[in-house]
Amino acid sequence: MKKILVYLESADNKLKRVSYELITAGKQLASKTSAELVGVAFNASPDALYTAKEYGLTKSYRVTSPLFSTYSPSLYSKAIVQLIRQNGFDLMLFPAHTYGFELASRISADLEASYASDCIALDFVDGNLIVKKPVYAGKSQINVKLLGEIKVCSLRPNVFTATPSQTDELVIEEFAPEVTETDRKELVVNTLKNEGKLDVLEADIVVSGGRGIKGPENYHLIETLANLLGGAVGASRAVVDAGWRPHSEQVGQTGKTVSPTLYVACGISGAIQHLAGMSSSKYILAINKDKDAPIFKVADYGIVGDLFTVIPKLIENIKKYKE
Amino acid sequence: MNILVAISRVPDTATKIIIGPDGKSIDEKGVKFIINPYDEFALEEGLRLKEKFGGTVVTITVGPEASKEVIRSALAMGADRAVLIKTDGFFDSFFTAKNIANYAKQFNPDIIFFGRQSVDFDSLSVPSMVAEFLGIPAITIVSKLTIDGKKVIAERDIIGGKEVVETTLPCVISAQKGLNEPRYPKLPDILKAKNKPIEEIEPQPVAPKIEILGMEVPLRSRKNKIVGDSDEEIAEIVRLLHEEAKII
Ligand SMILES: Cc1cc2nc3c(=O)[nH]c(=O)nc-3n(C[C@H](O)[C@H](O)[C@H](O)COP(=O)(O)OP(=O)(O)OC[C@H]3O[C@@H](n4cnc5c(N)ncnc54)[C@H](O)[C@@H]3O)c2cc1C
Ligand SMILES: Nc1ncnc2c1ncn2[C@@H]1O[C@H](COP(=O)(O)O)[C@@H](O)[C@H]1O
Repeated sequence: MKKILVYLESADNKLKRVSYELITAGKQLASKTSAELVGVAFNASPDALYTAKEYGLTKSYRVTSPLFSTYSPSLYSKAIVQLIRQNGFDLMLFPAHTYGFELASRISADLEASYASDCIALDFVDGNLIVKKPVYAGKSQINVKLLGEIKVCSLRPNVFTATPSQTDELVIEEFAPEVTETDRKELVVNTLKNEGKLDVLEADIVVSGGRGIKGPENYHLIETLANLLGGAVGASRAVVDAGWRPHSEQVGQTGKTVSPTLYVACGISGAIQHLAGMSSSKYILAINKDKDAPIFKVADYGIVGDLFTVIPKLIENIKKYKE
Repeated sequence: MNILVAISRVPDTATKIIIGPDGKSIDEKGVKFIINPYDEFALEEGLRLKEKFGGTVVTITVGPEASKEVIRSALAMGADRAVLIKTDGFFDSFFTAKNIANYAKQFNPDIIFFGRQSVDFDSLSVPSMVAEFLGIPAITIVSKLTIDGKKVIAERDIIGGKEVVETTLPCVISAQKGLNEPRYPKLPDILKAKNKPIEEIEPQPVAPKIEILGMEVPLRSRKNKIVGDSDEEIAEIVRLLHEEAKII
């Protein structure tokens, strides 16, 4: 490995947390192989990029042409491929989310590179890049060797820790790709934000409800607990299929895969397809009235009881610590 | 309209995964294989386009001979014919994408549907790779799709919300749950599917880009402290959340 490129994304004049995670993961590989680590960001303000100094990044490219004002996978990947070719990068790291999956896949196809998606560990062993990746919805995982000269990985958010390591200087270099309007094959015409709601994919704590919550009118219990913990609200498929909650909150095989520090499952039985979406959480707390519910098998902490009395008591107790 | 739908064959989502004797793949004994659930949304959307605009729906699968069983269910849902790029043993996403793109070059589809991800290796990579090989646009993880002449409008999930994306045909679409409600084949459809053609194609050999060194079941030892619902027990759990997990 000689040159590693990390894809950085900004939000609110900082970088997204996953970008700092990527920088840390990239730095660890770079130091093992004496490689250079460089960032690339589209539309990030210099101030946002400079926050990467706190995580030890010393150089980043910045693409500012108005053509890049909205995301397009074909356009962005073309620009990044040019950057890679001109500078001889041989490892690229992307976040494993919608945009990152698209860019990493397109770039690896274009460069005929080796690609491993949704990695949860990276290591450099005897000159080889070895990654760990969950398969079969996290029921097993594989260790993969990337074979080619050029390698691409996408890294699962929330799994790699972002470790602060201050540097004095971060050099920002403008990069002006040779692209035209016709290279933008997809156009984002509207973005609908779930206002004021934290996405389960970005939250450090997720509180989910299942069929045990009985109806949408009781979901305020889940919301209150989530708000108190500063977490996001999730749901099982049973709840989403019943129309009580939107699909954007569904956790599991056909929903989102989350790995928060704490996952709280309230009135969720723990079907294998639900476990697929949350079993890599750091800590799991389950509340269920059935002591034999499978969710307890994967739980760190479990309370056997009626959630309608347990959750209010939990809230009361947590408040004592918060005060 | 020429409509191509990529169908992957995967273990039923309820399968308990047991690692096979080679230590690198699953033990397939007793495993039931199904159409990748997301590919059912892809196929349903393709069938609806055909019903609206006319045309042909062809499915394409990269996999072993045994894939024919799931291909038959795709034909029973209503696809006109199927292509099987026959491959044994391990193959990676690059191989799959390259071979699907090769077939697409001769079939000239107006639209290619994929599932959001194949629930075996969960890579979310083949749709974008195929689009790149063909030099066409792609919108992935789509939960709502409108086609008007050559114009394509899609709604798709991103972190924290949705976005509406426009593009033009020919393009790649990958289907998210919620795009539609896939139909159940009726008995006559299942019988009819028996006579629909499955064309077998030799794959273009592509050197592997990755090597699987081993497969393991994740070892995650959980504390497994399960208590009752008395006030003291709940207070104890909250104390542990504070002291052990350090979240409060
Ligand atoms: C292809 C496929 C994909 C799927 N994808 C997903 C997915 O992405 N996500 C997902 O979640 N599921 C998914 N499923 C569905 C999954 O199999 C289960 O049906 C679903 O997870 C059940 O949801 P649940 O736990 O809320 O409901 P149930 O299984 O009905 O469990 C309800 C639980 O609540 C408990 N309970 C009831 N009342 C109370 C109370 N008052 N206090 C405390 N506890 C109480 C009960 O003891 C029970 O354990 C999928 C299934 C298939 C076939
Ligand atoms: N072996 C395969 N044969 C046909 N289509 C596939 C195959 N693997 C993946 N696909 C298609 O690509 C989509 C995304 O798969 P993946 O990128 O592997 O997660 C799937 O939903 C299928 O539509």
